[in-house]
Amino acid sequence: MVPFNILVVVCLVYVGLLFLVAFLVERRAHARALPWLRSPLIYTLSLSIFCTAWTFYGAVGYAVRSGWEFMTIYLGPTLVFVGWWWVLRKLVRIGKTQRVTSIADLISSRYGKSNMLGVIVTVISVVAATPYIALQLQSVTLSFAVFASTAADGGPVPDKAATALWVAVGLALFTVLFGTRNLDSNERHLGVVTAIAVEAVVKLVALVAVGVFVVWGLAGGPADMMAKINASPLSSWDLQPGRWAGLIFLSAAAVLCLPRMFQVMVVENVDERHLATASWAFPLYLFLMCLFVLPIAVAGLDLLPPGTNPDLFVLTLPLAQGQDGLAMLAFLGGFSSATSMVIVASIALATMVSNHIVMPLWLSLRPARAVSGDVRRIVLLSRRLAIAGIVALGYAYFQLSGGSAALAAIGLISFVGAAQILPAMLGGIFWRGATRVGAVCGLLTGAGVWVYSLYLPSFGPDGVISARLIAEGPWGIGWLRPQALFGVEGIDPLIHAMFWSLVLNATAFFAGSILTFPGPVERVQGAAFVNVFDGEVPAGGWVRGAATAENLLILSQRILGGDGALAFFEAEARMQGKAGPLPDPTPGFVGALERRLSGSVGAATAHAMIAQTVGGAAVSVEDLMAVANETAQIMEYSARLEAQSEELTRTARQLQLANEKLTRLSVQKDSFLSQISHELRTPMTSIRAFSEILMEGDMPPAMLRRHATIIHEEAIRLTRLLDDLLNLSVLENAGVQLTLGLVSLQDMIDRALVAAAQTRPERSFAVHRDPASEALYVTTDADRLTQVFINLISNARKYCAAPEPELRIAVRQRGGRVMVDVIDNGRGIPEDSQALIFEKFARLTDETRAGGAGLGLAICREVMTALGGSITYLPGQGGTAFRVTFPLRLRAVA
Amino acid sequence: MGNHVLVIEDEPNIVEAIRFILMRDGWDVSTLSDGDLAEDTIRFCRPDVVILDVMLPGRSGLEVLAALRADAATRSLPVLMLTAKGQGRDRAEAERIGASRFMSKPFSNTEILASVRALAGV
Repeated sequence: MVPFNILVVVCLVYVGLLFLVAFLVERRAHARALPWLRSPLIYTLSLSIFCTAWTFYGAVGYAVRSGWEFMTIYLGPTLVFVGWWWVLRKLVRIGKTQRVTSIADLISSRYGKSNMLGVIVTVISVVAATPYIALQLQSVTLSFAVFASTAADGGPVPDKAATALWVAVGLALFTVLFGTRNLDSNERHLGVVTAIAVEAVVKLVALVAVGVFVVWGLAGGPADMMAKINASPLSSWDLQPGRWAGLIFLSAAAVLCLPRMFQVMVVENVDERHLATASWAFPLYLFLMCLFVLPIAVAGLDLLPPGTNPDLFVLTLPLAQGQDGLAMLAFLGGFSSATSMVIVASIALATMVSNHIVMPLWLSLRPARAVSGDVRRIVLLSRRLAIAGIVALGYAYFQLSGGSAALAAIGLISFVGAAQILPAMLGGIFWRGATRVGAVCGLLTGAGVWVYSLYLPSFGPDGVISARLIAEGPWGIGWLRPQALFGVEGIDPLIHAMFWSLVLNATAFFAGSILTFPGPVERVQGAAFVNVFDGEVPAGGWVRGAATAENLLILSQRILGGDGALAFFEAEARMQGKAGPLPDPTPGFVGALERRLSGSVGAATAHAMIAQTVGGAAVSVEDLMAVANETAQIMEYSARLEAQSEELTRTARQLQLANEKLTRLSVQKDSFLSQISHELRTPMTSIRAFSEILMEGDMPPAMLRRHATIIHEEAIRLTRLLDDLLNLSVLENAGVQLTLGLVSLQDMIDRALVAAAQTRPERSFAVHRDPASEALYVTTDADRLTQVFINLISNARKYCAAPEPELRIAVRQRGGRVMVDVIDNGRGIPEDSQALIFEKFARLTDETRAGGAGLGLAICREVMTALGGSITYLPGQGGTAFRVTFPLRLRAVA
Repeated sequence: MGNHVLVIEDEPNIVEAIRFILMRDGWDVSTLSDGDLAEDTIRFCRPDVVILDVMLPGRSGLEVLAALRADAATRSLPVLMLTAKGQGRDRAEAERIGASRFMSKPFSNTEILASVRALAGV
């Protein structure tokens, strides 16, 4: 008898060994020193996590209960690997090209990177895996108990719950240590996978050893064994075609959909070609695992006392025969099976939980920290917590379920849950029409039916749902009974649940997909997934396909131009040592041509064109999408160029306009200076001439006075001219300071008339006014506005040539604006001059020399602008007429 | 040579100054303030020397000069051009058209008197 303590020590040593293997491999893997680690053998052995403790111990129990039926669980995967290896290849290829990290990621990525789908798949997977993890804990606990109860020294019998707890903690620790040592973008864990492979060998050796012992040690050889089996009721082919087919299908679906299988099969795959080896080696492994199941079952029934748990025959048979070493090996085999499953499953599930639930939540809750903080640490932490959480869930399930259910039942319940992912997965990689909505509908429907009809009832009558509900249906509705949906009765509950969940799942999936249209991202991803093998370039570059050099030349000429293409081809031909312009279309040449073309039309377009010409590969949707993308970029670029050239034209036009304006201003400045010069020199001439005359002296007093008067007049004229110029300059530069006040319009006109009367005082003007209309109070700069009136009235006095001059002043107010018209009865201003009168020095007539320099109206215009108004010439009034418009209430500007 | 000077100038005070200076020196002075009437007046009163302002109401002094030079009768008539703009461009233009002398305002009295004398060949 093996003392319990030794057993614990052996376990610890074994786990330590696994640690060492994983650690060494991780270290060596970085040095790339172990090429055999990347061999197909390790890959195949890692796939053996399909065989968990449920296989190691449970298969025998299953055989005892149901005979040959246990085979179905291994026939499914065998069929998949032998017959459906191309599905696996597609999954692996998609996994690599899309950098898929888990099965939830696969589904989410396929359906437009929808995180909702990721969450759904994650939740289904966690719910489905929890009882399975519980199962592993239970098997380890049971096997410990077996040793403890048979221990001769009657040592302390460990508490079951405590054992399970320690196992769970140990597993969580190991997984955290090696599953999250570092963050790999491909989520590969070489150390763990190698440790799993070691465990795979241990469990196979253990099971085969027990089998050999049973056949040769107990039964006395294969012949005797066969006879015993034939005599046993287990060997009767109690074949239920429906159940067999269902179970084979279920295990086949499970091998594709179980998160841990996806992890080792797709995510941990380092080389697609390993799949070829696995397609025969993995079924062989399964075959070896199954080979001795029936002999052990028969022998167990034969030799062990009735009532012994058949799930533990593998362990109890050697123990009963006193084969302690063999029993120890068997124990280690079972231990390996359980631990490898828990480790891989928790890594896979933790990746999913962390990527699809924890990280999105964390990112949405703490957006600021996410940007600045170390996300890597958060990811690792969330992985570790998720692993611990998942193992804890398994432990909790184990505690709740009390470890009572038969192992096989729990495993199958898990399988049905995982199988719900199948329609969305297969639909996703084979059917472009599958949509996100369809996938969501299918997954939710299937998962709902599974939970209702299988998962919840599995807790036993009155476990979670009441026995009455199971018997009569909710609210007494018979066709909703969990185990007899739609009135279908009399089928095995498992097959019933599997049938309905998958049928409704697939129906909802197809209906949802057909009724909705995929979004743009979905469309792209759908094409990328479904057509993952299309348009691939053979590994060695372009094959020497149907392309002739001539065809390639024709193609190239369209892109590079006649001369350019010919020059390229001739150069290539020279390099090949060929005379003439056409090189051989070798893969090297075609590759060079593609690179050359991609410089002109973009890589995707070049690839698609060459692919079409060479004919070696079809042009995939992805290629065309890339072409469209490139074209769009080129169009955008050319649109940008066009916009730039338009902008340049616009700028040039603006520059030209500015230049013209400057030229015009320069001309204006020249003519202004010339005019000023003229205006200043004219009075200066008189002053100089008469002062020279005066300087000569000797002149009669009357003449003296006359000359002095002229000098005086001209000096005043000069002063006034300079004043006007300064005035205008200030006004034009907007440096004018307004003094606003409320003033009577009538007062201003009165003052203007008085002031203007000094101009040609000898003339008497008849002034017509309407005092009523002038009774207005205006907010404005009174002095400035009065100055405008003075200028206008003075001009009229100066220039109105009528024999009986008249002046009419009319005031009107309209909508907050005041209009004052000043009209005389003279000849008016000729039409072609009306546009000029407000320009500087635009004196039109020479009839009077009343001292005006031609600046008056220019000043008026500037003043009115400053007062927020305007001054215009009013044609057709029978005389010279000006209209002054200004606001009733001028508001000071800031 | 006679001693008749025609002054074509629109500024009354300048006209008065020139007339005073010339008459004191014994010249016979006629005056005109308009470019449009210049040719007719010259043809009518046949002055010995013309003093012509560039900036005139109506036809400008340069136009009048060009017309005078185009007519055989007045081609060699001495013309003293006056301008207040004081820019070289006007002088070049006047000399091109055929001004006998060019003076810019303000001028000195002795200068204008000397010019008239020289032009009249006195």
